[in-house]
Amino acid sequence: MEEVSFLYEAKGQVLVIHLPKEFDHHNSRDLRYETDLLLSENYVRRMVFDFSRTVFMDSTGIGILINRYKQMQRSGGSAAIYGANAQIRRVLAVGGIAKLMPEYASKEAALMG
Amino acid sequence: MTRCGKESRFGRREEKEKMCGTETSTEKSRRWESFGGKDESMRLQIESRSRNEEFARVVVAAFASRLDPTLMEIDDLKTAVSEAVTNAVIHGYGGGDGVIYIEASICGRELTVTIRDDGVGIPDIPKAMEPMFTTDRTGERSGMGFAFMEAFMDQVEVRSEVGRGTTVTMKKQMGG
Repeated sequence: MEEVSFLYEAKGQVLVIHLPKEFDHHNSRDLRYETDLLLSENYVRRMVFDFSRTVFMDSTGIGILINRYKQMQRSGGSAAIYGANAQIRRVLAVGGIAKLMPEYASKEAALMG
Repeated sequence: MTRCGKESRFGRREEKEKMCGTETSTEKSRRWESFGGKDESMRLQIESRSRNEEFARVVVAAFASRLDPTLMEIDDLKTAVSEAVTNAVIHGYGGGDGVIYIEASICGRELTVTIRDDGVGIPDIPKAMEPMFTTDRTGERSGMGFAFMEAFMDQVEVRSEVGRGTTVTMKKQMGG
């Protein structure tokens, strides 16, 4: 099982986080530290989560998304999602994320908001 | 009469017979023949490490695939197994050394999976199972692990003893 790291992409004041194939506890150990670092060094007004590579997600992913959402809320920013498949959508719905972050069909739409 | 053999450590025989009774006798005998007349089961023993979470859910999913489940059923099972194993790694053993024991068995169309640790145990199970409850202080855990197991499986049972460990038994009808 390969070690998967996140890929971060800055688009102006938007931070795009390309989530791993398996978005679980193991593969998200560094996400908190890395995003905290990015947020402290850059002005980020919007955080966009890219699920297009992701085939698995559990409640660990929900915890991370909720925490990032709260972080963005505190600084007056926003968060969004794109690229989620049917199973990821189900997990997002059970985890209550669907109510917090809008989901977009494409990256471009998610960046625009 | 059910043909699902031995009494489980985790359930009385009557309960098991009742749970298995939903399949018609024709279906049951056909399945029985295809299994060579035996219940099927597997056991897996892994170190308590986060990298084993994926391994555990993939192995259980591969075992369950002989029930000819839908893709959605397999994804649900993987999520539930991942939750239980992650709990054992993070809470049961607190990120330290330990062994996680996984057993799965098939009875008719029903899959039973048991995930056990010899970790710290849960002092208050109903509290631990409340959605959003977590003992984690980093703010990074959602507290939805048990809620997810319950959402994605038909039945979830948790037994725990402080200082002795926790056993989670989950059941799901698959391949309808």
